[in-house]
Amino acid sequence: MLSKRIIPCLDVRAGRTTKGIKFKNNVDVGDPVAMARVYYEAGADEIVFYDITASSDRRDIMIEVVRNVAREIFIPFSVGGGIRNLDDMRAVLLAGAEKVSVNTAAVLAPGLVAQGARAFGSQCIVLGMDVKKVAPTDAIPSGYEMVIHGGRTPMGLDALRWAQEAERLGAGEICLNSIDADGTQAGYELTLTRLISEHVSIPVIASGGAGTPDHLYQVLTTGRADAALIASMVHYGTYTIRQIKEYLDGRGVPVRLAW
Amino acid sequence: MLVIIDYQAGNLTSVVRSFKALGVEGEVTQDPGAVTRASRVVFPGVGAAGKAMATLGQLGLDQALRECFHQGVPILGICLGAQIVLDYSEENGTPCLGLLPGRTRVLPRQPGLKIPHMGWNRVRWLRPHAVFKGLPEAAEYYFVHSYYPDPAQENLVLGVTEHGVTFPSAIGTRNLVATQFHPEKSGRFGLQILANFLAWDGSHAE
Repeated sequence: MLSKRIIPCLDVRAGRTTKGIKFKNNVDVGDPVAMARVYYEAGADEIVFYDITASSDRRDIMIEVVRNVAREIFIPFSVGGGIRNLDDMRAVLLAGAEKVSVNTAAVLAPGLVAQGARAFGSQCIVLGMDVKKVAPTDAIPSGYEMVIHGGRTPMGLDALRWAQEAERLGAGEICLNSIDADGTQAGYELTLTRLISEHVSIPVIASGGAGTPDHLYQVLTTGRADAALIASMVHYGTYTIRQIKEYLDGRGVPVRLAW
Repeated sequence: MLVIIDYQAGNLTSVVRSFKALGVEGEVTQDPGAVTRASRVVFPGVGAAGKAMATLGQLGLDQALRECFHQGVPILGICLGAQIVLDYSEENGTPCLGLLPGRTRVLPRQPGLKIPHMGWNRVRWLRPHAVFKGLPEAAEYYFVHSYYPDPAQENLVLGVTEHGVTFPSAIGTRNLVATQFHPEKSGRFGLQILANFLAWDGSHAE
């Protein structure tokens, strides 16, 4: 049976991880390569890097990070943030990332998803979605609206329609972030996650709001997510990945326990 | 010399890096001559069977692979490389290499079942093989695929995995062994498989 994936997300700015991550054993908590190694050994099923700087002059720094991470870890990892075109995708993938995540650029130019899938295969193309709950309208019947530019620009585009369109264009996976839940540590947005997951056939990674292992249990069962993104709850040492997985295993959620 | 066949089917970076981590510098090549001179061959790949077979033919790599197989050179197929070693693939209705009898079939769609099969899953080992020795039962491996290899003979299925159906995820005959999953992305146990392959002499009792 396919295991539900637990995926730590690392924010990177100018080649350094940004959050104050608490780790023992002299790990350089600002070094994304060292952090990736720690999470790889701690049982992460995959790792997501989010490049916050994402300007073209910083791109080379991120590519160097990707290259070094690829030497250290032997599980899939993806890179998102500021991916604007096929050249950006190619650079990240050739440096050793398994997947590349597109968000704003895909909403502005949906052809990018199709081009990426054709050039590199659907399995490499993750659609990142930042979504906000709104009052349902004719344009947004689901009551969930797409927002771009890191949560600053609402697009008047229905999130469910966009998820289905992106699947049709060739996205291999969706990383679904609720802006309302993000940073609250009060739990994932279950209604949104279930809505999207039940209406696409590609895997959905839930993002935003994780604070306790029970939040992951909820989103992987009630929310129908295939994977869960986690950040603060492991970065600050509140929980280990093993603790989270053992909690899920104890409640009958299939997770990878041997690594 | 370990040769990794490049037939423009996906990114080989992680395959190369994994062998490098095991201390072996693989030669990535599109040259049929280099393939026939190899002492060990990795046949990876992601993508569609139709395009893959066409490219192999254009580059003359199909004949090179057949030659390696008949000469007893140890070959490891990965993902698409585990599918197109069979006779035929349902994907694009493609006649394939025919090194191992059988067909590649599409994973059946079922309500609530995500296709592609993407993520970590177990393998239930059915027959012993030098390349898969020393792996704990609880180990999981990383999969990304919508089709699976279905050998014509039961004794060619080394391990099976469940995703809606039970499908062969590790297959082999003689000096050819192949996995539907990606050992190069399957952590420590995946690296163990690659290390086992590097030590394998290509013999296998069927």
